[in-house]
Amino acid sequence: MSPYDEKIKAEEVKAEMLKAYPTKVARKRARQIILNEVQAGDVVPEIKANTRTIPGIITMRGCSYAGCKGVVLGPTRDIVHITHGPIGCSFYSWLTRRNQTRPEKATDANYMPYALSTDMQEEQIIFGGEKKLKQAIDEAVALFNPKAIGIYATCPVGLIGDDVHAVAREMEEKYPHINIFGFSCEGYKGVSQSAGHHIANNKVFTDVVGLTHNRKPGKFVVNLLGEYNIGGDAFEIDRIFEKCGITVQATFSGNSVYEEFISAHMADLNMVMCHRSINYMADMMEKKYGIPWFKVNFIGAESTAKSLRKLADYYGDKELTARIETVIAEEMPAVKIVQDEIKPRCEGKIAMMFVGGSRAHHYQDLFNEIGMKTVSAGYEFAHRDDYEGRKVLPSIEVDADTRNIEELTVQPDPQSYKARLDETRKTTLAAKGMALNDYEGMMAQMDNGSLVIDDLNHHEAEVLIEKYHPDIFCAGVKEKYVVQKYGIPMKQLHSYDYGGPYAGFKGAVNFYKEIDRMINTKIWGMIKAPWDIHPQVVAKYGWE
Amino acid sequence: MRTLEAKPEKPAFAATQNPCKLCAPLGASLVFRGVENTVGLLHGSQGCSTYIRRYMISHFKEPVDIASSNFSEETAVFGGGENLKTALENVIAQYHPQMIGVASTCLSETIGEDVEKILREFRAAHSTGTLPELLNVSTPSYKGTHMDGFHATVLAITKHLARRSGRQKTISIFPGLISPEDMRYLKQVTRDFDVAAVMLPDYSETLDGGAWDTYHLISPGGTPVAVLREMGSHAASLEFATTLAPEKSAGAYLEQQFEVPHMRMDLPIGVTASDRLFETLSLITGQAVPGVYQTARGRLLDAYADAHKHVFGVPVAIYGEEDWVIALAGFAAEIGMVAVVCASGGHSGQLRSRLLERLPKTIAKTAEILEDVDFSEIEEAARKRQPELLVGNSKGYALARKLDIPLVRVGFPVHDRIGGQRLLHLGVTRVPSVCLTSGSML
Repeated sequence: MSPYDEKIKAEEVKAEMLKAYPTKVARKRARQIILNEVQAGDVVPEIKANTRTIPGIITMRGCSYAGCKGVVLGPTRDIVHITHGPIGCSFYSWLTRRNQTRPEKATDANYMPYALSTDMQEEQIIFGGEKKLKQAIDEAVALFNPKAIGIYATCPVGLIGDDVHAVAREMEEKYPHINIFGFSCEGYKGVSQSAGHHIANNKVFTDVVGLTHNRKPGKFVVNLLGEYNIGGDAFEIDRIFEKCGITVQATFSGNSVYEEFISAHMADLNMVMCHRSINYMADMMEKKYGIPWFKVNFIGAESTAKSLRKLADYYGDKELTARIETVIAEEMPAVKIVQDEIKPRCEGKIAMMFVGGSRAHHYQDLFNEIGMKTVSAGYEFAHRDDYEGRKVLPSIEVDADTRNIEELTVQPDPQSYKARLDETRKTTLAAKGMALNDYEGMMAQMDNGSLVIDDLNHHEAEVLIEKYHPDIFCAGVKEKYVVQKYGIPMKQLHSYDYGGPYAGFKGAVNFYKEIDRMINTKIWGMIKAPWDIHPQVVAKYGWE
Repeated sequence: MRTLEAKPEKPAFAATQNPCKLCAPLGASLVFRGVENTVGLLHGSQGCSTYIRRYMISHFKEPVDIASSNFSEETAVFGGGENLKTALENVIAQYHPQMIGVASTCLSETIGEDVEKILREFRAAHSTGTLPELLNVSTPSYKGTHMDGFHATVLAITKHLARRSGRQKTISIFPGLISPEDMRYLKQVTRDFDVAAVMLPDYSETLDGGAWDTYHLISPGGTPVAVLREMGSHAASLEFATTLAPEKSAGAYLEQQFEVPHMRMDLPIGVTASDRLFETLSLITGQAVPGVYQTARGRLLDAYADAHKHVFGVPVAIYGEEDWVIALAGFAAEIGMVAVVCASGGHSGQLRSRLLERLPKTIAKTAEILEDVDFSEIEEAARKRQPELLVGNSKGYALARKLDIPLVRVGFPVHDRIGGQRLLHLGVTRVPSVCLTSGSML
């Protein structure tokens, strides 16, 4: 299809989607379903994002608790997480995100297999649950004696007036050697899990980061932000870093430990993977400690190489640059072999992805590498800056839901602030095209005429599938079987369908193979029985 | 630790470590999937719907739509009536359902929402058009487990719909939380007995369907609302729940309200419990047990004999919903295994007495029978009693690894193996997977 036809098609699809809605809903959705058009200076159309889901419209989105406990803090293995609330929330966030963790020694603390909950009963709802929460903390200390305990509030907590922060303070006095902190991440806060990310970022920043000043050994020491080690992604990234001679001071928060969080401010640089969930942390660390950040993407072999080169540019160290180039040269041939084999089978096929606050962007690179095109994409819980780039931050409307989430005012730390780059270096890097403390968003990278849809719902997914017949659709488990009922393979980009890793060079190979398997399987072709396809079977009995 | 002689003590821990129960709205959501053309709606934060959908889908591997009234901070403070009405309107407009089942959540219960009143107002405001059945069930998770939510919803639907007009030969079956494959089996059994049976819930198709020609917003299948209305006229009701208090039982309600004879029995897992089912069906229908089941029963006993060498005397720890634990322990006993730990996150107060009735005295006397426990307490009991096999849902895998013994996955949720929704636990036709796998694993 020519770009012109593509645009007309996208317009038709959008109209078809909106047709089913009452006027008010249609008006709102029209601003969330956008035909992409990239103009000079990466200027893209405005999209409405991070607004409430309409009740009764089935959403992919989760809650604030899920974003805070499930996403940001969950992957840390040696913080004891206590969910303060009735049992469901704790059960559902128990080992469900497939974050992997690998303690160095068998004796190292690893609380990942545990789901601890105050399991609130009616008595606590009526008379308050702080007493039981304190008991739970006592028990956690007796059982594990951990370095840190996080308390996560669920819906009833705020309403019955339990103060998780006061309990945290009180229990910290009782156990001065343990860092105890609470998160007011009641499920009804904000419009999606995104609120929980922010709440998590704030608390970890104020109560955890900066407590000790141990810099890990190494010449190049960086943090990796917003990488949650789904399916072992962080292991692959770590492998590559190690080969390149780069030390990871802290990862937020895949395969992470508390010790790394508290000394994260000692790094030279923050590399941001998932912009949505962790940009607050990057931004606050820049302001308080002077650590610059840039956006990286380790999803895709080319993207991995590009991100590594960005890192080489940042340091401007000849030896490091050479080493990184050697590593890329070493890793690429194996990737290329698989790419060459698989590309002819996937070339020209189309993909769609509706997931997360960054993944819908990252995975487009991987599909590109095997010749596939993303015709429509969108996020589940992102904000405008994830679509349009951080340049729109000043113009983002702050609504009541956003205002309810605390925005911390951060000043440079008198002791620990240290500018990592002088002005000349900054200018040199800018001249090289490096955007520090910035993210250009997903839309600038997508073709004109592609459809960008925020908070996609069932009905819209149906229209997309009927009109585009994508070869593969990517989202989460909740959408998986809906899509597959249409006979279209659906790849989960949250849990990876128990596959992975997909990051880095080896991950790219895994992903190519996986997509090849899914797109070229024979299963979907067998759905129609031969007698459905040719109803008049011409056959005779032998004796006829 | 509670042993047979000891009086139930307070749990060792105030907090719950690795729960052996799920939340009440999940049970409600499961039941709503078992009524034709019905959409479940959780009145609360959208996270409840999302988490529960996520969990159900990972087990059943089917689309599961559960609507939400999407509480925001404002709603949590000022009440969610308007949100619920908007949600109802949107669900009606999109799905054209025959029934919307509204289940409450911890959030709406905590702020004391009067859902019944909101529904009344909604009905009044829409008095001109035809509305779907709007049903409300209270499922705060701080008051019970997923099974309490499940049974409360079955009862709420029964109360809302069942009427009496004459007397039919049809029977009602309240099967509890069984697999879609189990449900299909029960339907086959009643067909073979030549008796019409109405199952509540019946998610045999909705939660385990094939590919579709055209997309269905609501999965096809489930018992039609119109059929459920006739439950008051049925000849009898069967209920596979013996730990359920009569005031929470839909079968007891039908008996009390409409004089429908109510028969309660254990889940028919294994020969003894299945015999009870076949005898009961024979009694109700006046039909002899169909030959196919007699043959199957013989074959199953043959399998027992084959497996006996491997399973006899093997100490086993069983956990899960109370009615499941009773049925599985009974089954274990009949193949010669010794249930040394019988544990549940539920707390009906009936588990002990029911197990005492069901199990051979020697086993019942020594078994660790644990109610209202989590996996830390199950582990403690298991370390003491050294089972060689664990039987229960997927959530016991961490414990199985710790104890370095095999886990036979049964019930719900089984999300880390393919085919959890297609496990057949009931009856005699196939060797129950638990027997087969146990034999092979040991």
